[in-house]
Amino acid sequence: MVEAAGAPAPSAEARQLTMVKAIGEALDQALAEDPRVLLFGEDVGMGGVFRVSDGLRDKHGEVRVFDTPLAEAGIVGYGIGLALAGMRPVAEIQFAGFLYPALDQILSHLGRYRHRSRGRFTVPMVVRAPYGGGVHTPEQHADSPEAVLAHVPGVKVVIPSDPFRAKGLLTAAIRDPDPVFFLEAIKLYRSVKAEVPAEPYALELGRARVVREGEAATLVCYGGMVEVCRTAAEVAAREGVELEIVDLETLVPFDADTVLASVEKTGRVVVVHEARKIGGFGAEVAARIAEDAIWSLEAPVLRVAGWDAPYPPFSAIEHHYRPDARRVLAAVRQVLAA
Amino acid sequence: MEPLCYIAEDGSIGGERPGDELPFGPDELAHGYRAIVRARIFDERAMTLQRQGKLGVYPPYRGQEAAQVGAVLALGRNDWLVPTYRDTGAAITHGLPLAQAILYWRADPAGWRFPEGLRLLPFYIPIATQLLHAVGVASAGRHLGEDWVALTFIGDGGSSEGDFHEALNFAAVFDAPMVLVAENNGWAISVPTQKQMRNPRIAERAAGYGIPGVAVDGNDLAAVWHVTRQAVDRARAGGGPTLVEAVTYRVGPHTSSDDPSRYRPAADARPWEARDPVVRLRLALTSMGAWDEEREAALVAEVKEEFQAAVAEADAAPEPRPEEMMEQVFASMTPDARHAWEVLKHG
Repeated sequence: MVEAAGAPAPSAEARQLTMVKAIGEALDQALAEDPRVLLFGEDVGMGGVFRVSDGLRDKHGEVRVFDTPLAEAGIVGYGIGLALAGMRPVAEIQFAGFLYPALDQILSHLGRYRHRSRGRFTVPMVVRAPYGGGVHTPEQHADSPEAVLAHVPGVKVVIPSDPFRAKGLLTAAIRDPDPVFFLEAIKLYRSVKAEVPAEPYALELGRARVVREGEAATLVCYGGMVEVCRTAAEVAAREGVELEIVDLETLVPFDADTVLASVEKTGRVVVVHEARKIGGFGAEVAARIAEDAIWSLEAPVLRVAGWDAPYPPFSAIEHHYRPDARRVLAAVRQVLAA
Repeated sequence: MEPLCYIAEDGSIGGERPGDELPFGPDELAHGYRAIVRARIFDERAMTLQRQGKLGVYPPYRGQEAAQVGAVLALGRNDWLVPTYRDTGAAITHGLPLAQAILYWRADPAGWRFPEGLRLLPFYIPIATQLLHAVGVASAGRHLGEDWVALTFIGDGGSSEGDFHEALNFAAVFDAPMVLVAENNGWAISVPTQKQMRNPRIAERAAGYGIPGVAVDGNDLAAVWHVTRQAVDRARAGGGPTLVEAVTYRVGPHTSSDDPSRYRPAADARPWEARDPVVRLRLALTSMGAWDEEREAALVAEVKEEFQAAVAEADAAPEPRPEEMMEQVFASMTPDARHAWEVLKHG
């Protein structure tokens, strides 16, 4: 049993859905379930540039599903105001790389409001954004700013790795009493399908999960890198090397216990993410392992990450930036050799 | 666009525009006067407390009392106020207890949870970010079937921020029941208005958003109150947002840590002493036969007593606990936060 608790019982109505459909269904059901939920952002009304909110304006009305002017600080700041006065805003930032105009609102207010009002005012808001590369997007469309967001006190950061998890985690994020960033790997939007129950369900935030069990080494990853690590693990298994994979899913709050338990079991760790290495979330994972489990280690903790350069807007070579199974396996060989 | 004025510097009524009739009776004006005196005395006393080491850094609003109090008098209890750090006078007029205001500026956590039911957001330190929140709060009322209006303030300095533009545009596009009062006090800390903007008439920017913009004499409580009341009524009736510019002057320093003599000559402030909003209103009320020295003495004594009681109440607040900083980060404490809480509590 490698799935975390919280998954609903198998349903007769489970279908194979893409990430886009699963996320759209979570939004649809949240709108139906709670009249305080509002969905807005740039081009959200017509379904969004990835068609995640397709049909939702027709179904729930343009009062609750609406376009905003093209202004990201405005989108986040407006959402904070809606939340302060009792709504449950779900904002879409068209690409995570377009989030930066809103950083003042995020750093100064989004995660601070509960704290500075000593609980009098809260911001139960979700900000969704597609992130990451691998699909030949134009410049600035492939950023992975999760470490920037994870560094903001008072906001949660959730990054699902498949359609089933995405629906359940987004439902939980919308029901959560605090602000949640929900980053969706563009690479996974249509490339993977999974069985997704038709009924609404929520998966617990703040829990990492072991998605593959193994004894040889632990791969710690999240979002679009889980698929890459699975591929690496399958290749390694053909050589008789069984890798364990920990999908963090929620960067904040960080479930250190699940990571540390796996480290104690395998003694060898590779952390994998698409964002650049320096100051990336992998540094936090590695530091935490060093603080709490260094005596369990048989080898140095290695990181496989984007290079320390901007994400290259050059389609022909972008696959050299984004970690792939080959680079993960090279690091695995290194930790196994130690 | 000339600022609207009803009560001239010498207290004479009639204003700068012929035919302008005072839209308030003596009793209403006396009510406004009580509020403005209360705001003035709070500000003076707060600066004194600060100099005694009993407040942290404090941003005084001397000279801007009519702009703040006049605007807030236009609100009902159901309406929201979204203040900047300069707007303590507005906040206490909207219902923030004085003891809480003192504790807030003492940076004591006991002062940071505003009372339930009081529709007042905490003071905003970052510039202009609050404007977007006011638009969201205003729109939320429409979704919830409430008829509230959100009133927010900005300074002339803050009108340079991008959020000023985004908020006015969002408010206009969404027809938000929001009133933005720009307290044009002439200074962004040390930078005068003429170095901040080519067109010094902030209210004229409203045209760019397709919303009404009105300039008022920000030292005339009657003018500010009247114009804001019209804007609030229009917003409540579905007429959308209004930009009000209250032309005033920051007589004192930016904060208790600032020394204006470093960047502006004393002569710059002098004409504004003659335009003092409190004196002006008292002269007007006196000439109407609605105020006298006896009432003045009673009011001042009453407010000073209220302030003293508030100081005593604030002084009785429990000592802040170090572990309080780990509380209210999230609704429920994460394991890491719990660990830090224990460390802070038990060392």
